[in-house]
Amino acid sequence: MSIDLSQFHQVFFEESFEGLDIMESSLLALDLTEVDAETINTIFRAAHSIKGGAGTFGFQQISGFTHVVETLLDEIRSGEREINKAHVDLFLECVDCLRGLMSDLQAGSEPDMTQADDLKQQVEGILANEGGSELTADASSGALKEPGLTDEKNQGLASGKDDAKGWKIEFIPCEDVLCTGNEPYRMFRELQELAETEEGGKIEVISHLEKLPKFSEMHPEMCYLSWTIYIYADTELSDMEEIFEWVVDDCEIRYERLSGSTQIDDVSNVEVIADIETEAEAISAEVVNKEAENSPAIVAEVIVEKPSENKKIDQKPTPAKSKAKSTENTSIRVSIDKIDGLINMVGELVITQSMLGQLGQEFTMDRVLRLQEGLSQLEQNTRELQESVMKIRMLPISFAFSRFPRLVRDLSKQLDKEVDLVMLGENTELDKTVMEKIGDPLVHLVRNSLDHGLESSEDRLANGKSSNGTITLNAYHHGGNIVIEVKDDGAGLNKDRILSKAIEKGLVQQDEMLSDSQIYDLIFQAGFSTADVVSDVSGRGVGMDVVRRNIAELNGSIEVTSNPGVGSVFSIRLPLTLAILDGQLVKVGNEVYIFPLVSIVESIQLEKHMLNNITGSQYVMQLRDDYIPIICLQDVFNTGANTKDLEGAMLVVVEGDNEKLGIVVDELLGQQQVVIKSLEQNYQKVDSISGATILGDGTVALIVDVSGLNNKPSDKNPDDQTQAA
Amino acid sequence: MATILAVDDSASMRQMVAFTLKGAGYDVQEACDGSEALDIAKQQKFDLVLSDVNMPVMDGIEFVTELRKLNEYKFVPVLMLTTESAGDKKMEGKKAGATGWIIKPFNPDQLLNTIKKVLG
Repeated sequence: MSIDLSQFHQVFFEESFEGLDIMESSLLALDLTEVDAETINTIFRAAHSIKGGAGTFGFQQISGFTHVVETLLDEIRSGEREINKAHVDLFLECVDCLRGLMSDLQAGSEPDMTQADDLKQQVEGILANEGGSELTADASSGALKEPGLTDEKNQGLASGKDDAKGWKIEFIPCEDVLCTGNEPYRMFRELQELAETEEGGKIEVISHLEKLPKFSEMHPEMCYLSWTIYIYADTELSDMEEIFEWVVDDCEIRYERLSGSTQIDDVSNVEVIADIETEAEAISAEVVNKEAENSPAIVAEVIVEKPSENKKIDQKPTPAKSKAKSTENTSIRVSIDKIDGLINMVGELVITQSMLGQLGQEFTMDRVLRLQEGLSQLEQNTRELQESVMKIRMLPISFAFSRFPRLVRDLSKQLDKEVDLVMLGENTELDKTVMEKIGDPLVHLVRNSLDHGLESSEDRLANGKSSNGTITLNAYHHGGNIVIEVKDDGAGLNKDRILSKAIEKGLVQQDEMLSDSQIYDLIFQAGFSTADVVSDVSGRGVGMDVVRRNIAELNGSIEVTSNPGVGSVFSIRLPLTLAILDGQLVKVGNEVYIFPLVSIVESIQLEKHMLNNITGSQYVMQLRDDYIPIICLQDVFNTGANTKDLEGAMLVVVEGDNEKLGIVVDELLGQQQVVIKSLEQNYQKVDSISGATILGDGTVALIVDVSGLNNKPSDKNPDDQTQAA
Repeated sequence: MATILAVDDSASMRQMVAFTLKGAGYDVQEACDGSEALDIAKQQKFDLVLSDVNMPVMDGIEFVTELRKLNEYKFVPVLMLTTESAGDKKMEGKKAGATGWIIKPFNPDQLLNTIKKVLG
């Protein structure tokens, strides 16, 4: 039966990557002054699983490499070797290397083994050097030992081979052989199969009952029998040894070549039978039956009847192979609790549905109250169901945080700073898609905080702080959003330097008056970097603007607060999911649009004194210190002219890409959660529209892309982009 | 058809084992560690148990020890899935009451051949 092992590769890769993550985080969590045995065990187990899987699924490069790592870990685990920092570093390198190899294999390309070979040598070097080397030697030679031994035996016994055809095996099992699940008759069956591979081959089994005690002393679970087996076939000793492999350690087994003339010793056979008879008198028939069940007194017959069944197994047609998907498909792991909750809720929904169905069949007006009750129950069920389904996509943010201990460790080494990393709220849950996209921006922020935010140890001590800097990652839910904070206790943002840099780069005018937060905000502008020296870690000036853009793409926002000498906090605010949006429904003309609630700053009624006309049809309004452009969606989407007077109109002030915009609406409808449907998939991409949703009455409403809208007027008539910001 | 309980913390190994055995017509249940396996074994009797050695929560050795304490499993064959480097684990497994072992890495054919040895 052949099975295509490649169908398991995807699972193997997934779990191996997980295993590597576990190894990494456990290695980082390891306190070398007080090594936790369970942590070592966890690391070992992960390596062990990877090795086992790799071997099974045909990735010899991986299993070979992991083997040495595992061996070293095993020595540490068994206490033969103390783990030190060099080991941890080496293991971490191995983890990285394995991850690379695995990605290559997953992508279907041949991995580059140079680094792996190098690391392997290093590990082997450690293994060979200090104490604990016995185990390695043992392990590597163990595999070789057995065949060697067999050869030796074979040679010794092969002398009589020419004139001999067959074997005599004395098999004296230990008394508790049955309690290990080893049934002697199965071994006899195998011997028979072995013998029958040869034409005319057969075996004969003679049981010895001498040791059978009196019934009153007999323990039903013990095996008191022993056997002599004659094999009339020219079988290989190694094959027979393999059959007894599992019991060889606690049973007595003697192999003897039968010489050509050897006949079964009839005399001893008779003796045996006589023994049985005398013993049998003492044992009632019932007992014999019972005995027969437990121990193989009736071995010979069993063997003769048996073998056909086995062949049936072999011949069974292999089931149609499910088409192995070689393409990478992502999967998600969901805890049973969530699924159970879901099933529960579906159950309730069904109950509500049947209740409503019944009500509808025999509906009279006096039951309206019950109908309303039922409907509100339905609403509740639906909402709960929706929440539960969304929860399936939710993963704890520790998935995104998990890489930081390593990152911070490596970076602090590189930058020669002492840094503690604190991670809070790791169980805060976040949509998987959002999680994947927030990873890189977070890495950038942490790098940035480490490089620019934290001072060197000397500077810190000079400023009366502890020499260790602290970076805190915190995640929590806040009103339908998730907030992720990257906080450092460094020097804080240098306002003057940011400002002078911004002026130098022409981002702001010399005489502009900016608030603190406006100044801090400048670091998110493209092409801005305050690092005097462009370092390896950060400071290439590409970054903060990209970070902000990436976060904006997720409908999120980022802001920074800073306190000189105390530190800075970068706060990222993200929607919990990309599939559902908190929206404000507005009516413009005959259309209903939806604004993402996060982008709305405020809604106001326009008054005449706020209005300013700049050029022709372009109006701006003064909102406190700001002038913001006013646009009508009718103009943008060409849905008929706006007939209304701007004065007194309702205006929704939205913010996107860090710029504010006033949008004239006719009416503010309700706020509600809307399920985002892709326009691109169902129709085509439309500028300034990020998607659509289906409202309760079945009509389609478009979701306005605020940042897209922000860029729109400037595309149309660039002259009008007169923002007095 | 014979029922088999396959215990391994590695999902890919478990899948491979289960797929192979199911393909050969066996009835297979899976468990991802010793304690889960023990719970399953208590509810239903299996004709054969295959167990990994290194597992979280409850490892294979402890699992076999506990399993052998159950009346139902006194004589049921239990095979350990182990690697050749763990020679002492083999003995430990035997001491705990394991019937035998299958050495990793193994391929589906080897698995089926070994299983045939102890079933029926």
